[in-house]
Amino acid sequence: MIAFNKYYNHFNLLSSVLIIVSLLLLIFKGLNFGIDFKGGTLIELRASDSKINVSSLRDRFNQMDLGDVSVKKFGNDTDFLVKFENKDNKKNIIEEIKANLDKSFGNNYDFRRVENVGPKVSAELLKSGVIAISLSLALMLIYIWIRFEWQFSLGAILALFHDVIVTLGVFSLFSLEINLSIIAAVLTIVGYSMNDTVVIFDRVRENLRKYSDIKIFELTNISINETLSRTIITSATTLLALLAIYFFGGEILKGFSLAMILGVVFGTYSSIYIANTVLVRLRVSQKTVLREEEDKK
Amino acid sequence: MLYFSKLRILFITLFSVLFILIASSNLFKFDDNFFDKKINLGLDLQGGSYLLLEIDNEPVIEQKLQNLTTTIRNYFKEKNIKINNIKIENQNIFFNVIENDKQSVLEAFQDENSDLNPYYPRFKSHQLEIEDTELNFKVNFSRQGLIKLKTSSQDQAIEIVRRRVDEVGTNEPNILKRGNNRILVELPGLDDPMRIKSLLGKTANLTFRFVTNDENDRFGVEKLKFENGLEEATVSKRIIISGENLLDAQPKMDTQANQTIVSFTLDRVGAKRFGKATSTGIGKQLAIVLDGKIISAPVVRDTIASGSGQISGGFTFQTATDLALLLRSGALPAPLEIIEERTVGPDLGQDSINAGMIALAIGFMLVIIFMFVKYKIFGLITNVTLIVNLFILLGVLTLFEATLTLPGIAGIILTVGMAVDANVLIFERIKEELKDETNNILAFDGGYTKSRTAILDANITTLLAAIILFFMGSGPVKGFAVTLGVGIFTTLFSVYFIARLFTSIYVSRNKDKEKLI
Repeated sequence: MIAFNKYYNHFNLLSSVLIIVSLLLLIFKGLNFGIDFKGGTLIELRASDSKINVSSLRDRFNQMDLGDVSVKKFGNDTDFLVKFENKDNKKNIIEEIKANLDKSFGNNYDFRRVENVGPKVSAELLKSGVIAISLSLALMLIYIWIRFEWQFSLGAILALFHDVIVTLGVFSLFSLEINLSIIAAVLTIVGYSMNDTVVIFDRVRENLRKYSDIKIFELTNISINETLSRTIITSATTLLALLAIYFFGGEILKGFSLAMILGVVFGTYSSIYIANTVLVRLRVSQKTVLREEEDKK
Repeated sequence: MLYFSKLRILFITLFSVLFILIASSNLFKFDDNFFDKKINLGLDLQGGSYLLLEIDNEPVIEQKLQNLTTTIRNYFKEKNIKINNIKIENQNIFFNVIENDKQSVLEAFQDENSDLNPYYPRFKSHQLEIEDTELNFKVNFSRQGLIKLKTSSQDQAIEIVRRRVDEVGTNEPNILKRGNNRILVELPGLDDPMRIKSLLGKTANLTFRFVTNDENDRFGVEKLKFENGLEEATVSKRIIISGENLLDAQPKMDTQANQTIVSFTLDRVGAKRFGKATSTGIGKQLAIVLDGKIISAPVVRDTIASGSGQISGGFTFQTATDLALLLRSGALPAPLEIIEERTVGPDLGQDSINAGMIALAIGFMLVIIFMFVKYKIFGLITNVTLIVNLFILLGVLTLFEATLTLPGIAGIILTVGMAVDANVLIFERIKEELKDETNNILAFDGGYTKSRTAILDANITTLLAAIILFFMGSGPVKGFAVTLGVGIFTTLFSVYFIARLFTSIYVSRNKDKEKLI
């Protein structure tokens, strides 16, 4: 048996630091919102001429008076991603750009993807993303509250907050782009982290009923160990699937799968070191479970 | 938990085979009469254009208020109530009356049967709202009145949008209402939406009006620019004929002048008016105005009584074709603005499909190898279940003709990764049971029973997340929610029926074997 409980305090401290650092990052550095949430224009471009590269493209675009233009390589050497704010929301911007590029590069390039999100739509998308994440946290809270005692529900929600905030913190730290698919990833993380926590909690509760003489500090450790191989196998297979998406699923899914990978790692960690320690700190005992059950009857 | 009746085995087999058949109908061409459902590919996979249009209702409201001032004036004139200083400001109508009339004005606006409340019998609410400060009144549309106005202009606009898109002839466009002032247009297979965008961006309000130099024209005048933006002309506000009078419009080649023109045919009313105007206006310039700009202003040389005519204006064949199309499909009630556009080229779509399929294959292989190494014979059972699960998932998606998007493929891969969870929970529990239970069958039974609540809880939480995503997400993300959500149900089915069936067969044949798992 591995003594997970020996490190409860250490890891609680680490998690607190992680959460504080993430919050500070989110407040002071902020998130790198993509055009979905900030509005603007995105062009994915494939070149068939080696003359077309990041610097020549940047030169061209800067001459077009589009405000801040970002030009990046996208996946392989011939693909580029161009983004700009399109502040004035010009109508025929894509046609203008095409005409302009034709002059310098002929038809040795191709627009593979064009996205243009107006300011109104991006504000709405951001709002609905925030609502979706809050709503899912609230629903999870309610579900766990119905299925378990309130101490468990508090533990699970703290673990969820930890996973969501730290994942977003990593995205802020490395200025990774937040777009619609990241919101989907965060929601899935919420589901996964909950899933992981519930399995351990289920065992804790079962053991609470079984043993009246074991303190919660020991009992959580027993439960973690009993479910450990399941925890490892499920995270391993999920991670294998996600790594396959990350490495082979193409550029568009990179951010999404990275967020999920981070979420699975944090989710697994938090079920052990956050959810359980809340039970320990709230001194959950056999009485808690039995009293609650009588109340419900 | 391990007992299966023959009927149940039959049912499980039939069910699985049915879905495998349905799923494979995507790969092989079956006789269409037998089964013609297919998984739809999202725009991000098959390439295409997604446009979200917003109707700018301001001009419509302005116009309606303009009409209302006339209605109000006439209504009270009949009742011998004098309305003073009526004017429109910031989308409100202002007017004042003398003290004695105040009460009757308020009553008229409240009266459920008056002409000022045309909706009352139907919607049980007032179209207009009135506020009074002393003898001054402020009138504007009520909430209900505004909603009615917006939905009616949306109804008209979607009809026109549909006609214009159909005329261009893209395959299977999808045109839907969003809220009460937006229209969603999905154009699969279209990788350059430039033409459609420019067609939808035009209101196509066509009028024929005389050019005049008389500033005191009875109908008022306005200065309008020519299409080229250089010249200007003063045009009377009196409309001779408008786009509504057109029966047909076609691009033509005028061989004499060697230029492309748009020829049009007028309806009876239009033909009559056009004939009259051209007979009295010989020598005058008749301006052809489209969306506030003059296309051309030819001099009337003859009376045109035939009800047909032509518009010239330095068109190329393409611009003439587009103008004819716009005139045929009619004017939009209000200008449309494209507030969101997402276009994916077909080759990127194909690349995404390929990448998605490779990721699926590799992810699948990794999970299968892992499970086999870890659980041997039970790993094999899990793997067979996993494959059947994948087919059932695809089968369900086919049956509902769901839309598969790139995030949707990610959802399928993720389902593969998470689907083993339930089986792992069961197997691990069985292992524990076997520690103090020597009877294999009882241990397996216990493993299934005791792991059930954990499995249920775990899946319900993921399902909750998927449901929220489905309702809050848009486009591609919705596709992810669908595969993730459907995946949970197919996983539970395959774990509790297919995997359990295999397990029960294996365990009952090896009842006395030690270290079974």
